[in-house]
Amino acid sequence: MNEFISRRRSKAARIGILTLALIFLYLPITMLIVYSFNASKMVTVWTEFSLKWYGVLIHDDAMIRALGISLTIGLLSAAASVVIGTLAAFVMTRVHHFTGESAFMLFMTAPMVLPEVITGLALLLLFVTLGDLVPVFQERGIIAIWIAHVTFCSAYATVVIRSRFIELDVSIEEAAQDLGAGPVKVFFLIMLPALMPAEVAAFLLSFTMSMDDLVITSFVAGPDSTTLPMQIFSSVRRGLSPEINALASIIIAVASIGTFIGWLSLVRKQKRMEADAAKAAEEARRERERLKA
Amino acid sequence: MPTGIAGSSALLRRRRLARFAPKRRKKEIKVLVQETTWRDWALVALPYLWMLLFFLMPFLIIFKISMSVTEIAIPPYSPIVTFKEGAMQIILHLENYTSIFTDEDGTYLKSYLKSLQVAFFSTLLCLLIGYPIAWALANCKTATRNVLFMLIIMPSWTSFVVRIYAWMTLLKRDGLINDILMVLGIIDEPLHMLQTDFAVYVGIVYCYLPYMVLPLFTALMKVDYTLIEAAYDLGCRPVRTFFSVLVPQTRSGIMAGSMLVFIPALGEYVIPELLGGKGSILIGRILWQEFFNNRDWPLASAVAIVMLTILAIPIVYFLKSQRKARERV
Repeated sequence: MNEFISRRRSKAARIGILTLALIFLYLPITMLIVYSFNASKMVTVWTEFSLKWYGVLIHDDAMIRALGISLTIGLLSAAASVVIGTLAAFVMTRVHHFTGESAFMLFMTAPMVLPEVITGLALLLLFVTLGDLVPVFQERGIIAIWIAHVTFCSAYATVVIRSRFIELDVSIEEAAQDLGAGPVKVFFLIMLPALMPAEVAAFLLSFTMSMDDLVITSFVAGPDSTTLPMQIFSSVRRGLSPEINALASIIIAVASIGTFIGWLSLVRKQKRMEADAAKAAEEARRERERLKA
Repeated sequence: MPTGIAGSSALLRRRRLARFAPKRRKKEIKVLVQETTWRDWALVALPYLWMLLFFLMPFLIIFKISMSVTEIAIPPYSPIVTFKEGAMQIILHLENYTSIFTDEDGTYLKSYLKSLQVAFFSTLLCLLIGYPIAWALANCKTATRNVLFMLIIMPSWTSFVVRIYAWMTLLKRDGLINDILMVLGIIDEPLHMLQTDFAVYVGIVYCYLPYMVLPLFTALMKVDYTLIEAAYDLGCRPVRTFFSVLVPQTRSGIMAGSMLVFIPALGEYVIPELLGGKGSILIGRILWQEFFNNRDWPLASAVAIVMLTILAIPIVYFLKSQRKARERV
């Protein structure tokens, strides 16, 4: 009886905590979306429903241009980060000990925790110093931003891909090698298909990080390459505007749809794996019975 | 805690085996462990070079530039090495560091202390708020847990600036929170919340909470709950059970989460800039101002170097603990 009460109480506590947490996390976002449909220019006073601010947003050329730049950099950075992340994860899990290993580990994990102002300043000063030798760095355009983004995105990509690498079954690779497959073939035919979910997750994560970065990009970017977060930041600094609400609602919608699809595929995969395991157990049981008989 | 044989790395295990193996085989085993082929090097090369060039090099350059002074030139700092009449001169200026530490108003020292204070208390707040959330999450049924987990992660996939902007509209003088409190009759006059330290704390906790919840959740999923039942059976009270059974088992999660909040929060720029007032001059803001408004690159570099020195201990600790966790897998 005592246990029953404490369990029920713990369930109530759980529901309470999670409700409060979700309110805290979602109240600001919800209010943002609600007021994006407000006709008034005031962000906090509700007058009537209107799609006016979405119209204003579509005709804001600077914002659209910034979106284009951000998307370009985001896709390029995600692609490069996945390649570097795969290589780094491979090295970390398959090649065990080499000279300078701990330095390598440091480089691959430090960009994730360092304050962004330091990384941004460091990269800018590097580009300025290298600018004399390599003219690409001088202009501080899309390529410079891309390099900066790949540097921190690949750290995240490595973590994601590495966690999948650990789960891979080495014996399958060894079997392929025994049957005469070269290392390149083994990688593309055996490892890559098994790594695919992690590669996709790492791509999406890097893309989001790159699309979202403000501080590092502000340091590195020249005057002609304003990305979306920079544009939002400068307009927010000038004051609150319902146009930002409209833009924010679109970003939130895209992000939530993306997260939902990702989550759905993850859950489905989990279920399939459970079903497969059950099927295999069932078959093994039948086989045993058949042998017994 | 996985200690002893189960927790040791593959290398250790090999070494241990080697000790018991006949002498002749020892050499063979050593070769197996240490030799790196050219193929391995080819694989390491791209990520390694990338990080050397774009991560280590920049820090050396920051250090170099922090030793020079501003000049009206492109780039706006004095060269360290100069050639004059056939003589090579290396001039290292230490002015930037002395001005950080002996500044009359103490602006820099004050903002370092303020940043440490804000980072510390936000970490504590995240821990106090995040622990119950992670606990509730870890104790749910699998299906519910999947949904809730997604819901807690999702806000961090939306834009950072947008999340701060959302709080700006809520905390405003005529924002929703003030409106509700006025309607309820709790306050007569709108509270001044935006552009205070309070707003900075709210912003940091809001943005960094998932980084605290995730490692705590991972740690709580691994907890051996039979130990808690045993503690209860032996008459241990909930509070004591929490501190002497649950906390030690989730120590790695607590430390990882705290570092993931503390280190970035110390250098935070966007949150104090948008939510904080004139009083919340954190070191990230100082660095930004020196760099963009005063165009004093050497001073900004010196500020960054001092910040790095402060962060060295927590960063190294964090990386070491991550490494330990990796080796356990």
